[in-house]
Amino acid sequence: MTEDARTQPRTRRDLLALIGTVAGSTAMYQAMTSLGHAQESDYRGPIRLNGDPRGATVLVLGAGLAGLTAALELKNAGYRVRILEYDTRAGGRCWTIRGGDRIEELGGAVQQCTFDQGQYFNPGPWRIPFHHHAVMDYCRRLGVQLEPWIQVNHAALMHSTRAFGGRPVQYRQVQADYHGAVSELLAKATRAGALDADLTREDREILLESLRGFGALDSNFRYTRSAAASVRRGWDRRPGGGVDAAPVPSTPVSASDVLTSRLWGNLVFSASLDFQTTMFEPVGGMDMIARAFVREVGEDLITYGARVTQIRQDANGVEVAFEDRRAGGAVRTERAAWCVNTIPLSILAQMDVQCGAPMANAIAAVPYAASIKVGLQMKRRFWETDHHIYGGISYTDLPNRMISYPSTGYLSPGKGVLLAAYAFGPFAFEYTALSPEERMRRTVEWASVLHPEIRTELDGGVSVGWHRVPGALGCNGMWTDATRREHYANLCAIDGRMVLAGEHCSYIPAWQEGSILSALDAVTRLHQRVMAG
Amino acid sequence: MTMRQLLLAAAALAPLAAAAQTPDPSFGNANRFLHRDGAALYAATCAGCHMPDGRGAVGAGAYPALAGNPRLDPAGYLVTVIARGRHGMPGFAGTMDDAQIAAVATFVRTNFGNNHPDPVTPEEVRSVR
Repeated sequence: MTEDARTQPRTRRDLLALIGTVAGSTAMYQAMTSLGHAQESDYRGPIRLNGDPRGATVLVLGAGLAGLTAALELKNAGYRVRILEYDTRAGGRCWTIRGGDRIEELGGAVQQCTFDQGQYFNPGPWRIPFHHHAVMDYCRRLGVQLEPWIQVNHAALMHSTRAFGGRPVQYRQVQADYHGAVSELLAKATRAGALDADLTREDREILLESLRGFGALDSNFRYTRSAAASVRRGWDRRPGGGVDAAPVPSTPVSASDVLTSRLWGNLVFSASLDFQTTMFEPVGGMDMIARAFVREVGEDLITYGARVTQIRQDANGVEVAFEDRRAGGAVRTERAAWCVNTIPLSILAQMDVQCGAPMANAIAAVPYAASIKVGLQMKRRFWETDHHIYGGISYTDLPNRMISYPSTGYLSPGKGVLLAAYAFGPFAFEYTALSPEERMRRTVEWASVLHPEIRTELDGGVSVGWHRVPGALGCNGMWTDATRREHYANLCAIDGRMVLAGEHCSYIPAWQEGSILSALDAVTRLHQRVMAG
Repeated sequence: MTMRQLLLAAAALAPLAAAAQTPDPSFGNANRFLHRDGAALYAATCAGCHMPDGRGAVGAGAYPALAGNPRLDPAGYLVTVIARGRHGMPGFAGTMDDAQIAAVATFVRTNFGNNHPDPVTPEEVRSVR
């Protein structure tokens, strides 16, 4: 695809197409934007399930956020609700790992988390866009305390094995030099008459004025060693106080170097609606949301360790068979008039489920993405004390793809947990296929290219490859336009006495907002069906 | 040079470039698996779910064992599943070329106690893409 980028654009439309091509060529950008489509949530406030269901029973399968949302709303509407959960905890992918936790993955490998008290790691969702209105509203209603989560940090690093001799550079430098180079080139083209056909003389003057500001150009529309550029990219010597405190400007890298570095690809993440300011995280770990739901729903409604094996339906209700993992796998059944089924399709597709062909075909049509996260506890917060990095993300083209710094506990003297790897696609497959020890070893090797301190400050860590999580078998459902056209409506439609919910039943895949919105939609439709008799 | 030739040239160079510049050559790049050898491809991909010993795993759902799996012969089903995916399993048509899928399919058919010695060919893979 990169060859497209080198051809000469002829029209403004070509130029726009070119920009799209260049941006799209960054694998990580594709991977991350493909998770969501930068959709704003359509949440319109709390749902109202009016009318008395006369104690109708509902069995909810799965105690992740979709199942918990469904259970809470149905319970409040007067239904008698029970929840079956495979795991020994609620939350599903809304999960936080802390010291003392034991993580057993498929294949039998066991990790024992040795983090200090107060330290934690979110292996699944870890940030909440401000416009995920449903998640935000439930946090408000359930009393989940949120704090700002930092996406962009201009002091964080960008690293490519193929640029700047493999030396990491600061985000602010890449941003300033990229904006400077693009502005200078566009100003040059404008002044040479290349846009005369597109813009009036007055518009061209305004464009030049804006480019001077956008790119920190000098009076000759050049991006050079200057105070204006250094204010953005950083100084060789910062302005100080007292004698001999005059600042020394820094020298921008050439337009060619900044373009060929391809590090500008990392600048686009924060432009997407999904990652725009302000983002949040629950204080103390993402599972604070799940815990708050469980408190409201009632722990007594949940049966843990229930491995569902079969779902049957008849004219009066559903019957679900499950192995009770806490009773040696003894097979039990649970009956209810209705069923809200939030089991991930990766698991449901293998199960004996009585439903119509349209839903069965939809269940079978959605592959699940690979994803890996590795959290490393550090003996001290060297990124803050030594590098003045407070939260945010550093990017690399190495397989660990990023390092994220905690957006909490700033300046505290103790330890901190870095997200030292977060990958999708082939890297995530290869990571997942390794033993936890080998994942750790390689993560330390790669992450220490950006921060050599990681080798000496390492104090334990955990990794989660989502295909090896026994209750998930993958990160999220991957839809295409074609599979959505063919199957999405059938997946979401009520089949007999069962309706599905979860991120896989949403247009916001892999986000908690998708899970909650799908659950609200599912129970609203289910309630209408019940009320209609 | 046409666009297609450029792309082919870039693809041919990619493994060498990655091997030289990635600290650990056993990983491919962000978009493609780069191993050519069936055993290495298995270890980098299939082993994540079907496990290094091919015995699969059971959780809330299960990853089928490949060891002694009667559906491995004839090879058509296996090749189709690897290329296109099945249920929750993603397909690898976009991340492996025909020869890679053929190599990993051959590996699965001749290891873990499986004894289907006829090699899978890239042509067989191409026909199911």
